[in-house]
Amino acid sequence: MQHPHLSRPRPSRPDRPRRRGWRASLALGATGVLLLGLAACGGDSEADSDGKITLTVATFNEFGYEELIKEYMELNPDIKVVQKKTGTWEEHRDNLYTKLAAGSGLSDIEAIEGDGMPAILEEADAFVDLTDDEVDGRWLDWKQKAGTTSDGRLIGYGTDIGPEGICYRADLFEKAGLPTDRAEVAKLFESWDSYFETGKEFIKKVPGTAWYDSSKGTSQAMINQLEYPFEDADNNVVATTNPEVKRVFDTVTSMQAAGLATNLDQWSNDWVAAFQNDGFATMACPGWMLGVIEGNADGVTGWDIADAFPGGGGNWGGSFLTVPAQSEHPEEAKALAAWLTAPEQQLKAFEAKGTFPSQVEALDDPVLTGATNAFFNDAPTGEILSNRAQAVTIQPYKGPKYADIITAFQNAVLRVDEGQESPDEAWESFVADVERIG
Amino acid sequence: MTSRPVLTPAGDTASSPAGVTPLSPLPDEPLRLTFRQRLSRWDVRFAPYLYISPFFLLFLVVGMFPLVFTGWVSVHEWSLIGGKGEFVGLDNYRAVFEDRYFWRALRNTVSIFLLSSIPQVLIALLLAGLLDTTLRGRTFWRMSILLPFVVAPAAVALIFGNLFGDRYGLINSALDVVGIDAIAWHVNTLASHVAIASMVNWRWTGYNALILLAAMQAVPRDLYESASIDGAGRVRQFFSITVPMVKPTLIFVIITSTIGGLQIFTEARLFDNVGLGGSDRQWQTVTLYLWELGWRLRNLGMASAVAWLLFVFICLVALLNLYLSRRIAGGVGRRVTR
Repeated sequence: MQHPHLSRPRPSRPDRPRRRGWRASLALGATGVLLLGLAACGGDSEADSDGKITLTVATFNEFGYEELIKEYMELNPDIKVVQKKTGTWEEHRDNLYTKLAAGSGLSDIEAIEGDGMPAILEEADAFVDLTDDEVDGRWLDWKQKAGTTSDGRLIGYGTDIGPEGICYRADLFEKAGLPTDRAEVAKLFESWDSYFETGKEFIKKVPGTAWYDSSKGTSQAMINQLEYPFEDADNNVVATTNPEVKRVFDTVTSMQAAGLATNLDQWSNDWVAAFQNDGFATMACPGWMLGVIEGNADGVTGWDIADAFPGGGGNWGGSFLTVPAQSEHPEEAKALAAWLTAPEQQLKAFEAKGTFPSQVEALDDPVLTGATNAFFNDAPTGEILSNRAQAVTIQPYKGPKYADIITAFQNAVLRVDEGQESPDEAWESFVADVERIG
Repeated sequence: MTSRPVLTPAGDTASSPAGVTPLSPLPDEPLRLTFRQRLSRWDVRFAPYLYISPFFLLFLVVGMFPLVFTGWVSVHEWSLIGGKGEFVGLDNYRAVFEDRYFWRALRNTVSIFLLSSIPQVLIALLLAGLLDTTLRGRTFWRMSILLPFVVAPAAVALIFGNLFGDRYGLINSALDVVGIDAIAWHVNTLASHVAIASMVNWRWTGYNALILLAAMQAVPRDLYESASIDGAGRVRQFFSITVPMVKPTLIFVIITSTIGGLQIFTEARLFDNVGLGGSDRQWQTVTLYLWELGWRLRNLGMASAVAWLLFVFICLVALLNLYLSRRIAGGVGRRVTR
């Protein structure tokens, strides 16, 4: 629009100087972004100016470490601890594997979810051997074993375990004419059959509210009661030939057809929103889930927890702390991990977020056994979860492909929920998916 | 008499203010050159290459090397953490072609690409056309359309995640008010593609509009004057002058949005929290598929094979688009083809 012979700035062309300002600010902005990028790249380097060692602790979900970390820094003034929190284990794991492959960028302590531990043990060389006489025997036998490689290296320090009860909405139970007292409710949840039957009764009385939160969660609870769900002791994949797995699949899909499920993807936005919308009345509820429910159902009254779990006991999840070999301060990180997973500290984490201790000494501590939870109608959560932990008789064997296979299994269940495939079709594609995983 | 900042051969005084000095052509070959004269000629001839060399050297390191290395990885068994295994030839490629999820990913990618790139370029063109008029506070308008581009894609995905909730999402609530059935954004294949494409469009339309606007500003105004004298309306002017005149830029925008559209990752990855593109891979794009192979199943060999296939595919589509857009956008605009 500028004619060459009119190059003298005139009032009729006011945009010229202005445009230069625009360009300058853009350049300034771009430089700023670049500088920010550089700063971000340099952000991870250790050793503050005052000579402090900085340790990073990467966790997902809720570990209840916020106060503990402050306490540790007070006890160790020359160490600064920074916690990096991620939403879900999946996201945390993706980050973990990316940086494991890159060989740098991991935190000094990385939390590992129990189901992901077998695959991590396969990469044991990338982690520091944390074996130490001082911590030997600190955890329940099966927990310590799950953090140990086949050649006896202890890679992960156990944090919590996930003994499951059933959490339920007493207010909705009342609406349906069901008992609300937790001792009476517990009788309804003795077996899967009675649990599902009660559910069928419930949905008749309270239309618009499902019985349980998600088919994914319910099927996972059932899978966790199998001894060798997807792989046998030699890590051969048996997922698609194991009749018990098929039985779980058939049960969950038929209950979905009966209308007991929300048909929501667990952990999705809709699932989170369902807590606020009377979306469902019960859910399988390991200790660490208490904190999740309390967060998602903020403002909702009526949650309670029953001292029962269908089909005996069940353990869902529970995590480990590991120290990647790429850490620049493996000794300090190991010390911190040992401190965080000591019984005394785990008890405090339990008080904060309901993460149930995996440490033997903590199990009969009055802090644990006497714990109550105001959000869950002052339920004696410590005692209930202790009972639930004792009811766990089977620890499912999890091989290196467990995590990939259960993802495929839950996707198959979800496809039925969403009405994309019939149960038969979903099972067939699950079989194909397992073959693909190899 | 064009005032467009036409590229002139480097070395002559191209930057003289708005063409006041005429372009000085290179002198004809004199009989003998002094050393200084020769130096100056070399300067003219070779200096430009020196100036652009940093880019190409850098490209060699961060562009070419990874490309070739990916090819090397793709013909080996290669685990994410364990590293290189045996040489397997084209087995990884075969495995990819035999995987039904690869074909599904390809379908999703093409569908999301079409749903994003086409509306994106068209809306950007229209927006640019509107912004090229005399608006009050035009810098404000021009900057505002760039605003979505500044927001981090992850934040966009979070916000749109709330909009596109299947049950409690804002859009479905709004549809409910009007009496339309809720749309299963995370179940229905096409619906999920539309949702993801809308995130992509929201982010890139303004950016493309700004690029096109820059080109439109360089269109000589006397063309419009002549056209109005000849009785052409604004719409006719837009299609007969603006669009053909900005064709080179339009092609640039189409090619870059092709490349971007075929590599959509963040929006699809964050559309649910599992990140595999849905329970039935309804919205798993090729990049997401690549990432699943490499980082979930930890098979970098196959992932690299997918990377190469995607590269070839993008080149093909980009060439096709170049051909199509040259044909469609009319005959003028030969100018920047040199």
